[in-house]
Formats: sequence, structure tokens, C-alpha cells
Amino acid sequence: MINMTDNAHNHLPAIELKNVYKYYDETAVLKDISFTVGRGETKIILGGSGSGKSTILKLIIGLEQADQGEIWVEGKNITQYGESHLMKIRKRIGMVFQEGALFDSLSVADNVAFRLNEQGELDEDEIMEVVKKTLGFVNLEEAIDKMPAELSGGMSRRAAIARALVGTPKIMLYDEPTAGLDPITARTINELVIKLRDLEGVSSIFVTHRLNDAYTLARERLSFIEEEDVENSRLRFQEDISGINRINTRFIMLRDGKIIFEGSDQSLRQSHDQYIQKFLS
Amino acid sequence: MSAPSGKQTTLLQEWVLEAQTFTIFSFKSILNFFRRPFYLRETFEQMDIIGVGSLSIASLTAFFTGAVLALQTSNTLSSFGAVGYTGQLVSVSLVRELGPVLTAVVVAGRVGSGIASELGSMLISEQINAMRTLGTDPIKKLVTPRIVACTTMVPVLTVTADLVGIMGGFVVAYFFLGISPSLYLTSAYDRLTYTDFVYGLAKPPVFGFLIAIVGCYSGLSTYGGTEGVGRSTTQSVVSSMVLIFISNFFITRILLVIL
Repeated sequence: MINMTDNAHNHLPAIELKNVYKYYDETAVLKDISFTVGRGETKIILGGSGSGKSTILKLIIGLEQADQGEIWVEGKNITQYGESHLMKIRKRIGMVFQEGALFDSLSVADNVAFRLNEQGELDEDEIMEVVKKTLGFVNLEEAIDKMPAELSGGMSRRAAIARALVGTPKIMLYDEPTAGLDPITARTINELVIKLRDLEGVSSIFVTHRLNDAYTLARERLSFIEEEDVENSRLRFQEDISGINRINTRFIMLRDGKIIFEGSDQSLRQSHDQYIQKFLS
Repeated sequence: MSAPSGKQTTLLQEWVLEAQTFTIFSFKSILNFFRRPFYLRETFEQMDIIGVGSLSIASLTAFFTGAVLALQTSNTLSSFGAVGYTGQLVSVSLVRELGPVLTAVVVAGRVGSGIASELGSMLISEQINAMRTLGTDPIKKLVTPRIVACTTMVPVLTVTADLVGIMGGFVVAYFFLGISPSLYLTSAYDRLTYTDFVYGLAKPPVFGFLIAIVGCYSGLSTYGGTEGVGRSTTQSVVSSMVLIFISNFFITRILLVIL
């Protein structure tokens, strides 16, 4: 019975927005936004500054409320949820903020352990084990005792991703996680996002205005490369030849709070819309 | 004619909305005193920051206030041949009025501004939002411990300031005015009544609560980046000082009726 319910639950989209509007004072920052993020899908939201990209993420995680329309997360309509109900939903969602938003007064270990410390369900040793494992996933074990002020931009974003990953969320929201980073560091962040998509099957929304990042996510996959010498067989990032990315990594383009494009990276590049062409150039 | 009246309505609406938000915020913070989790560690940390951290500045202020009181009053008292009452005047003034108010003003300047800037910075760097996404209520985690700490520590600081202020008066009385230590101390201690202590101890918890709630509210309503943090900090100090002086009048008035 439980399995049947779980299976039914798994067929529902991870996130669904239906005709969502959001106003600040009298100005509409989101107009009639509707889209779906399937299980294991990554939706890349592109758009200029002030187009409403970050607001969409805040609505999904309940930091702000929609003025009109519906927001569904894992089959639940959270549009009218109060803070106490949202807390339960947030346990299943991880969010990475633009600048990382690490807690200044806590070490990297305490930042990553924050959710577990608050829940109080594990003892200190168990929490430390989870922290080490999560920091290992983002290649940041060496910074475990550092304070946020001692971290580089890339390190603090990776620490923020590690913090969001604790509790193994099924949905990840990335709010311009590569903004202000050099291309090499941005690449490591993108690889983490790919790793989560391809290895853990995490559904995600990746907000960015950097096309390079978007194309990396759309074109590359983490695959297991088998070599004759078993020791050399390992996971590698390589161009997607299977065509899976075309299905599970889709684009949305926003302009002035409205969706002007939704589809694959190929159809985005082939779009005749002047704004999109200008954005892509 | 219509335009100005429309503007006035908007300003009035804004003021009412602000008052309503502040009341709901205060009410929520107070309710959290009785809701789990209690964040005892954070509360003790704040007690240390607010209490121990403000001890030196509160004591310094009280010491010199007591000393100046002794210097000023002795001049007037000597014209009546009543220099011996210097101790009484210093102790009663400090315990009833100056100790609670001066300590509260010092704490508002040091702690209230600190709370506002800390929470304001956390807000603009999205740490408050991050906390919410991680399933933690920022009011419970950040505001309630600060209110509990400030409400309990301001009375402790006030009692300390009273004692240090009386000692400040003693130093002046002994070294500059030639009043004997036993005369000063006897007059300072004997003339204090139960009513004086009630006046002196009823006010500090109210002042402490006001400083913390105004600091937290100002911090968490910050907008406009780092400039906004500066604005919130100033607003916190000014508002809490004004509230301290106004509430001091009303508490005194109520106590005068009751006692």
C-alpha cells in the first residue's frame, strides 16, 4: 500500500506553477507564469536582471507568497500554506543563494550541520559524519573548520551547496550560484549541479544569466566510462550523446516577468525572437 | 486641497501599518517564550554579550555620574550646612532614577545598535532567508533569545551601576569634600527605602525588553543594502531612547499611584 502511494506520488511533477502573478506595490514582477519541473529534471531559467528569476525561486520555497495562481510542490498545493506547513515542505527542498548566504558567525562545519543541529535527531558524532560526507561530495573537506570570511567565492558557494544538500533534498533551487565567479570556479559549481542531476536524480531549477553555465548543464553528462583496465574506469563529465539532456534539461527565458520561451537548448538557439537572439549574442 | 489630504491619509496608513506590524512582531516574540525549541545556548550567549559586554561601560558611566552628583549637590547642600546628606542624595537619585535610565541609555547605544546592525546585515545578505529555507524560525532563533537576555541583563547591570555610582560619589565625597566614609555610607544606605528599590527595579526589565524588541524589529525591517543597515541602526538607537524616556514617565506615574 505504502509503495503504491509512493509510486503514485513519484509520478507527480516535482514543481508546478499555474498562472502565477506576483506584485511589488503596484508593479507586476511576474505575469502569468506557468511551467512544470518533472522528477529528475533541471529547468534553467534565463533572463536579464530584474526579470523575476529569483522571485520564482522564493515563491517555490515559500519565502514569498504569490498574489494569484497556484504553486504545487510534489503534488501539494502550497500557495496558501502558512509558515509551519512550509517548514515541512522546505525539508525536501535545498536552496543555494546568490552569494552563498552562509552564516557569518558559524564555521563551515556548523553551517553545513545547521539543519541537523536544529532538528536535534542525531548526536554530535553522527552529525559530524554527515558533514564530512557532504563536504567530501563538494570537495571541501579541507575547509571544515574555516569561517565563511576565510573562504574564496567558489569555496563559499560549494559550502552553500553542501549546506543545502544536508537532509538529501529531492529538489534543489540554485539562485545564480556562479555569479561573480571566474570561469574555472564556475565550472566546478556546474559540475556539482550535473553530479546531483545525473547521480542523485535531483529535480532542480537553475537561475542564471550566464549562457556558458546554461550550455554546460544542457550539453554535459556525468557518465561512467569503462576502460579495459578496471582501475581506470571512472565517472567523467562528457558531452551528452544519449539525448537524455534534451529531455531532462530544459530552458525558460523570462522577459519583464513573462515567459517568452520554453524548450531545449537547440530550439532556444534557433529562436527568431529578437530579444532571445540579442541575449544569446 | 485633495492632493495633500490624500498624501496625509497614505502617511497615516503607513504609520498604522507600521504600528500593527510592530505589535504583531512583539506578540510573536513574547509567545515564543513558551514554545519549543527554547534555544538556551543562544540565550546564554546573548546574556554574556549583553550583560558582561556592557558591564564596563555601564559601570564607567555610573561611576562618573555618581561622582558628578556628589560634586554638584555638595555645593547646594553646603549652603544649608547639610553636606552630610550628600550620600543620601546620590544613592536615592541613582537607585530611583539615574541608575535605570542611564544604564538603559548606555545599553540602547551599545546593544540595541549592535542587534539592529547584526540582524540587518543578516537580512540583506539573505542569511535570514537561508535560515527559513533550512526550517528554522528566525524570530525564535534570533529574536527571542535577545529579548530574554536583554530583559534579564539590564536589571543586573542597573543594580551594578547603582552600586558603582554610589562608590563614585563616595570617592568624591571622601577625597574632595572631606566627608567621612562612615557618614557618606550610612547616609547613602540608611535613607534608601523599600519604595526606592521598587522604583529602581521595576523599570529596567521594561527598558531591556524595549531595547531588544526595537533593535530586532529595526534590524529585521532593513531595506536598501548597507546604507539601510546604517539607517536601521540609527533608527533603533533613537526609537529605543525615546521609548525609554516615555515609558520611564508612565512607569513612574503608575508607581506613584500604586505605592
